[in-house]
Amino acid sequence: MELAEIKEALKANLIVGEDKLGMKIEAGAGGDLMSDLLRRPMNGVVVLSGLNNLQVIRTAIIAGVAALVLVRGKEPDPGMVSEARTHGLPVLSTPFTMFTACGRLFRQGLRGLDQKLSD
Amino acid sequence: MPTLSKRFSIKARDYLRAGEVSIEVQGILKKIGFDAELIRRVSICAYEAEMNVVMHGGDGTLHLFVDTSAIALVVKDSGPGIENIELAMKEGYSTASEEAREMGFGAGMGLPNIKRNSDSLKIDSEKGKGALLAISFDRKVG
Repeated sequence: MELAEIKEALKANLIVGEDKLGMKIEAGAGGDLMSDLLRRPMNGVVVLSGLNNLQVIRTAIIAGVAALVLVRGKEPDPGMVSEARTHGLPVLSTPFTMFTACGRLFRQGLRGLDQKLSD
Repeated sequence: MPTLSKRFSIKARDYLRAGEVSIEVQGILKKIGFDAELIRRVSICAYEAEMNVVMHGGDGTLHLFVDTSAIALVVKDSGPGIENIELAMKEGYSTASEEAREMGFGAGMGLPNIKRNSDSLKIDSEKGKGALLAISFDRKVG
């Protein structure tokens, strides 16, 4: 699935990453606990989070997350935007709640990390 | 003789800068040209260790070593120390503050995540005497 399709499925606003809409996304993950996102490298993974602070951006950069989606219409502050831009991390904001946003992506065929490991 | 040795300081309770050291380490390893998966594993360990110093430590240091066979991180702090290392290695066990939890940390996964993503983890700590983590990664060829 491409990042552009994720943007569309989530009716999301793209905040950082105009140049990365063609990026391939292989799996999805959702969470507000940073250490859950740091269990293993997250390349090719889109992460959905309700946490809206600088640490979620840094966590995504560190774990090699492909793109970050903030749920429930959360908008990152300028410090977060600048950090994401510096490190080339696409950031989107969707009006949907975490549950609905994950469900919409799942319906489009995106799977979680458990499937990525076992399929 | 290490081919690279660099020391960074970490300030306790400075949540605004927390993670900057690990991002710098990630940048250094990228510049050297390590395998992307290895860089992610080292970065994750550096970040979890850095956050532990920020959350629990007095001030501390992270020392990055790179030589021909391994990458190592040595993270030291002057904080309260780890009272029970065995318990701290259990997923879900946490002594983090409310402040840290509000930021999405303190889930009790820091040390387990470091162990999972490294090739070797040694912890030296006693209550009241700070903590020292020695984390290492084998360099894979190719």
